[in-house]
Amino acid sequence: MDRQIDISGTRIEVIERGAGPPLLFLHPGIGIAPDSAVLNMLAERFHVLAPSHPGFGESGLASDTSTVEDLAYHYLDFMKRLDVRDVRLVGVGLGGWIAAEIAVMNSSRLSQLVLANSVGIKVGDRETRDIVDIFAITKEDLASRSYHDPNAARRDLGALSHEQRRIIARNWESTARFGWSPYMHNPKLRGRLQRLDVPTLILWGESDRIVSVDYGRALCKAIPGARFELIPSAGHYPHIEQPARFAQAILDFAGEGRHETRTASPADTLSP
Amino acid sequence: MRIYYMTEQPYVPALKQHSGSLRVNLPNRVCDPQITGDLLHRYYDEYALCDELGLDIMLNEHHATATCLSSAVAIPAAILARETKRARLLILGYPISHRPDPLRAAEEIALIDVISRGRLELGLVKGVPYETAASNLNPVRIMDRFWESHDFLLKALSSHDEPFNWEGEFFHYRNVNVWPRVAQNPYPPIWVTTASKGNAIEIAKRGHNIATMGTGYASKSVYDAYKQTYRELSRPAPGPEKFAYLGFLAVAATEAEARARAEKMASYPRTAQTVFAPFKNPPGFLSIDDNARMLSGKAAPRTLTKDGRGIDPSTCSVQDLIDAGMMFCGTPDQVYRQITEFSDAIGGFANLLLMGQAWELNHAETVDNITLLAKEVLPRWQEYRPSAAAEELQAVARVG
Repeated sequence: MDRQIDISGTRIEVIERGAGPPLLFLHPGIGIAPDSAVLNMLAERFHVLAPSHPGFGESGLASDTSTVEDLAYHYLDFMKRLDVRDVRLVGVGLGGWIAAEIAVMNSSRLSQLVLANSVGIKVGDRETRDIVDIFAITKEDLASRSYHDPNAARRDLGALSHEQRRIIARNWESTARFGWSPYMHNPKLRGRLQRLDVPTLILWGESDRIVSVDYGRALCKAIPGARFELIPSAGHYPHIEQPARFAQAILDFAGEGRHETRTASPADTLSP
Repeated sequence: MRIYYMTEQPYVPALKQHSGSLRVNLPNRVCDPQITGDLLHRYYDEYALCDELGLDIMLNEHHATATCLSSAVAIPAAILARETKRARLLILGYPISHRPDPLRAAEEIALIDVISRGRLELGLVKGVPYETAASNLNPVRIMDRFWESHDFLLKALSSHDEPFNWEGEFFHYRNVNVWPRVAQNPYPPIWVTTASKGNAIEIAKRGHNIATMGTGYASKSVYDAYKQTYRELSRPAPGPEKFAYLGFLAVAATEAEARARAEKMASYPRTAQTVFAPFKNPPGFLSIDDNARMLSGKAAPRTLTKDGRGIDPSTCSVQDLIDAGMMFCGTPDQVYRQITEFSDAIGGFANLLLMGQAWELNHAETVDNITLLAKEVLPRWQEYRPSAAAEELQAVARVG
């Protein structure tokens, strides 16, 4: 069942699957396909909500939505509008960056956070490009760096409809809209991650040559109590190349529960 | 009726020194400062000759490229503002979409206008796709930034009574107060380039001059959109002085010699796309629909001949360029006929912009090109009246 939802005047398309505790899936820059296998696997345990970000797919775009911070506010409104609680928030690539910003701003509706091959933080020095400049390499190079098996990415663009090609073009443009400069990161995010009070799992497609495994480990280190897990035979999009392993890792993490890894805050010990 | 001469001031040796990319990622170690200095002095001498012979001057800028050594157009414009005496100095253009600081642009423009004693013509341009890599400004919403920069710039140039404040979407300033103030009132004539009908409408609304570059006979639909906007706004029809067209010029005493020059100059369109592929079409530079069409591999050609044949500038012959109205080539008689026939066909323009030097056309050839243009073509061009404009005048007279 898919639907359209109006969030503060912006019409958003949402893929909706399954029943159970809510899981909000935030897609990477290439968008999310309705027939995505990983969504069906996750739907066996969760009520999966997979919206297209403003400016992506067929979702609308308000004229003042121009930063990842705007997208994070959008999803806080989205969760409030649907009144979902104890949300498993899962983001891949650009979606991981949005998810991390959301969790830093307000984690009150979140139970767990899963960031997969996420961008969003600055790791190296000012002359080191942490994330490959996808706008400065050929499409062939981009495919080979993004996938463990680049053949899996091959598509006959000529066979697609104009509308399907429009969505590809729109997703590419919006990836630049939100990630052009500072390139694919918020310089302040890494420092803010120490605020995170949600159990966090970092998943990383081992063959990602857009954002390295080392970057993933640095991201993990910046988040209190976060756990790191590699997904073999997958690149930048582990949910596409290894949907079963990706879904199983999230299911296993959900089994660990929120309170097992949460450290007690001083407020917890102050009884009235 | 004016003729503006221009050269992109190429770093000539690079034509044979690049490895498939003349722009953005061609390392500047191939750029010899001695040769560069010699070339720039030569190009400024050729511009000075234009001033002496009655031609006007057009300058531009590009970034991180061997095709154009003018990386900051205000600098050659300032040099020529002092060195020349009478020529109009057309900057076409000033790539404001790629400038993070339009206040600095306003200051440069005002200073050049004052030094030249009010001879500046100010062209504002979106800039070619490759500039994005150098400016690092987001190519998404580039035209929104262009128009805010435009609005700020014109206000900065025309405000004289008190400093003003600007808190826009893209630019923030307080206490804007441009010293020295611009010489022309309220500011130099404004030109904008475009190849699109949508932009032509925006340019017409503001009453700026419109320039098309190398779009050949496809220019007609762009001009028509501009004229239609004037009609919809119930304004008098825009005269040919509102229109400009840029083509290549290879003129010589004999047709054979002109063709030989044209062959050298044809390296320019043939290498215009010699750039590492990812920099050719940054995201947001074209519309979603245009990009969707490009993904299908069926994009419409931008340059058309008079009979509607699409031209691929990267592989074209000199004859293709002539047929497309991109190049005017031959004896002075032939060139004059080609130019006026083309002007009449696309709706008539008074501002003829000519790239009279490109790549390996040497100094002697360029001087001859400029001299024949000034002595043999310019006097006739000054007497020319576009037939479309004449027809419109007659129509007005009949109605009156």
